[in-house]
Amino acid sequence: MLATCIRALPDEGCGLLLGTTPGVVLDVVPSANVAHSAKVYEIDPKVLLRTFRRADDEGLEVIGVFHSHTHSPAYPSPTDIRQAPDPTWHYVLISLLSVPADVRSYSVVQGQVAEEEVRVEEGTGSRVDD
Amino acid sequence: MSAVLRIPTVLRPAMGGATTISVEGTTIGAVLSDVTERFPAVKGQLLNDDGTLHRFLNVYVNDDDVRYLGGVDAPVVDTDEITLLPAVAGGAW
Repeated sequence: MLATCIRALPDEGCGLLLGTTPGVVLDVVPSANVAHSAKVYEIDPKVLLRTFRRADDEGLEVIGVFHSHTHSPAYPSPTDIRQAPDPTWHYVLISLLSVPADVRSYSVVQGQVAEEEVRVEEGTGSRVDD
Repeated sequence: MSAVLRIPTVLRPAMGGATTISVEGTTIGAVLSDVTERFPAVKGQLLNDDGTLHRFLNVYVNDDDVRYLGGVDAPVVDTDEITLLPAVAGGAW
């Protein structure tokens, strides 16, 4: 995720999280930011379709999305909250405001934001707890 | 015979819970009219008031994004699979 976001600079970087519920990320799918902006992002619609189909084929689910904030903290902006597409998803924010980058995950349910614990488990995928 | 519409998880509660449904119509606009008549609660998530596609909705006919096929005028035939996916977007603003 971090590599995707650094490569996307000066724009925001983004991608999808593929895994199983509850909150086990098994793969990260980088996407172009089709908004081509340092202030907003949009997942490439082709990546979106391909990833949902892959999830169906492999018995997985798209369980969230990550994106970077290049000059602001790792907290969902009003835009992020308003446009959060799925209340079951995990929204991972990567702030590149300082080094090292700050990586945090949130749930967004009916406009209410709650931070989640992120654990990196070597070789078993990463877990984002509710 | 009719085309198949694949429904995203987030819209299923308002559309009867099914993963796919059969839909009628020879264009995407006609198909979405069929859907919104059957499931009025999702109209605001699919179409704008002027009948154009909602900005934050991606609609695909098979592998193709309908924005490149004429939007609501994109043709649909009986063997097509139509997929709805809400856009995934946001940002620091």
